[in-house]
Amino acid sequence: MNAISVTNLTRTFGDFVAVDGVTFDVQEGEVFGFLGSNGAGKSTTIRMLCGLLKPTSGIAVVGGVDVGKDPEGVKQRIGYMSQRFSLYERLTVDENIRFFGGVYGLDRRRLDARRRFVLEMAGLAGRERMRTADLAGGWRQRLALGCAILHEPRIVFLDEPTGGVDALSRREFWRLIDQLAGSGVTVLVTTHYLDEAEHCNRIAIIHAGRLAALGTTAELKQLFAGRTIVEIHAGNPVEAMRLLDTMPEIEKTSVFGTAVHAVLKADGAGAAAPIADRLERSGIRVAGIAPVQPSLEDVFLEVVEHAGQS
Amino acid sequence: MKLIAIARKEFRQIGRDRRTLLILLFVPAFILLLFGYALNFDIRHVRLAVDDRDRSAASRSLIAAFVNSGYFDLVAEVDEKETTRLMDRDEVRAVLVIPGDFSRALRTGRPAPVQVLLNGDNATTATTVMGYSLTIIRGESAKYAPPSAAPPITIEPRIWYNPELRSALFLVPGLIAYIAMITAVVSTALSIVREKERGTMEQVRMAPLDAASFVVGKTIPYFVVSLASALGIVVVSMVLFGMPMRGSWLLLLAALSLFLVGALGLGLMISSIADTQQVAFQVALLVSFLPTLMLSGFVFPIASMPRALQLVTYAVPARYFLVALRAIVLKGAGLEVYWTDLLALAGFAVVVLALASVRLQRQWV
Repeated sequence: MNAISVTNLTRTFGDFVAVDGVTFDVQEGEVFGFLGSNGAGKSTTIRMLCGLLKPTSGIAVVGGVDVGKDPEGVKQRIGYMSQRFSLYERLTVDENIRFFGGVYGLDRRRLDARRRFVLEMAGLAGRERMRTADLAGGWRQRLALGCAILHEPRIVFLDEPTGGVDALSRREFWRLIDQLAGSGVTVLVTTHYLDEAEHCNRIAIIHAGRLAALGTTAELKQLFAGRTIVEIHAGNPVEAMRLLDTMPEIEKTSVFGTAVHAVLKADGAGAAAPIADRLERSGIRVAGIAPVQPSLEDVFLEVVEHAGQS
Repeated sequence: MKLIAIARKEFRQIGRDRRTLLILLFVPAFILLLFGYALNFDIRHVRLAVDDRDRSAASRSLIAAFVNSGYFDLVAEVDEKETTRLMDRDEVRAVLVIPGDFSRALRTGRPAPVQVLLNGDNATTATTVMGYSLTIIRGESAKYAPPSAAPPITIEPRIWYNPELRSALFLVPGLIAYIAMITAVVSTALSIVREKERGTMEQVRMAPLDAASFVVGKTIPYFVVSLASALGIVVVSMVLFGMPMRGSWLLLLAALSLFLVGALGLGLMISSIADTQQVAFQVALLVSFLPTLMLSGFVFPIASMPRALQLVTYAVPARYFLVALRAIVLKGAGLEVYWTDLLALAGFAVVVLALASVRLQRQWV
């Protein structure tokens, strides 16, 4: 059975179509990534799935409950954590846990057990009496996750959970997500860190309210089957890109960190050397050039570009 | 119960939030002292000059009556020329002129007019000082009137509830209403809008919790704290301003509670409209501060307002609360006197709470 099943989900605000006929399923225990730039419709979709926002049309079934018909029933079955760590900063760690436990209607015995679990999970044992405002970002974020799963939901929504925390905390956080998924919890996570998306079992790319692509990382990378991506480290990347764009065998170029990615129109690892030659002859120093596996960023750019054209 | 979890959390937050505590406890105390002492219509220490052209025992007796009344400070003895100068320079506010034939007229039983010159640049003060002067002169005059010649009709004014006409007794109940209104409206409005601003509202909305539990749970602590604060003001007013408490504490508590519930409802309504604390604060001040000060009968009597404004006052809850409060505190009157006002307070509370909950419910899902 699918944990989440979405059919033709649409939400409009006046004339603006925020989410436009989105359809997908999420299996139980899956980590499902939602990728998209700001304003693409990720948060609107999540808010509908959580019962916070009524869909304009379409059906979303979360944990066996129709969101449009029984939003309160959905809330009981899910956990939600948003990009802003929505804890009460003036309250202590312990008080926050007890508050959310109370709001979810946990009885005393269950709350005590879950409280210990959350403190353990977030690495906050011994800091129960610290004010949340005084916690470092990573801890606060793990506490927010803990508060969101106090009632042991089978489905968890994380809306850009790792915004604004350091790389180490992000890695630790993803370890927790993997742990959750390992215990059979379904996780739907939105992010715009593409490296994080690689942790997901499957990824949906949302662009302008529409589902632009859906699949595992490997499947999505198949988008570049029959084409080769060449990564070029050049002395002058801007000038290099201008030249590369004029070469007939190159379909398009994009900046990739300090390097340039050139997508070739056909498969051909051998094309790298002649390209380098031509760049050198035009006075651009080429520090390195090699064919690379398509990254998720390449996929994302390609998908968004296509979605934009159609 | 979920409602209790919310209320407990809110109590903790209030206890730790200096700004809210300031609004709820310090500001009321501050306003009370400021207004209690500054908003005083009583006039004392009026600078008086005397132009005594008679210089007799009778004229000195009249002057002594002025000085001993406690309202006047004798600052100069003047002649006609100096009078104008001192009045112009505001060195004196009143001049008592006693004509040269004052004692002779008294002895022979003829009318003995005296003149009181007043600075009328402040009409209220001038009127009050004139009243004082008349009372003093009337008292003095009685000494000379033969008992048989008593006029057939005399007035013996007796002012009930506030025999000394101390304006504090009139103003302090208004102050209580004013402070309670502002603190309750502002603190409630801010508390919900703060949750919207910080995103905690969204987190709580994700929980299986109905809007009513959230709102009631959040309002209870503010109700308790503002009630305590208001009762504190009542006690302080009794101690500092000699406000009496002639009626039943239970009825006072009932009137205060009804009034505060309405104020909290108003705060909730504002929080359903405003999205930032700044806007909420301004709107809250606007709807609680001005009407309560101007249109409640706190300072300006409603009866002397233009008809259109009088109609507006019917929507100001402080208007009803003041009637009840003054009746309880100053008169010790029973419920039969102000039950309609309590009913109006209850009506106001029901209307704002209904409107607020409809709006908040709509935003909730």
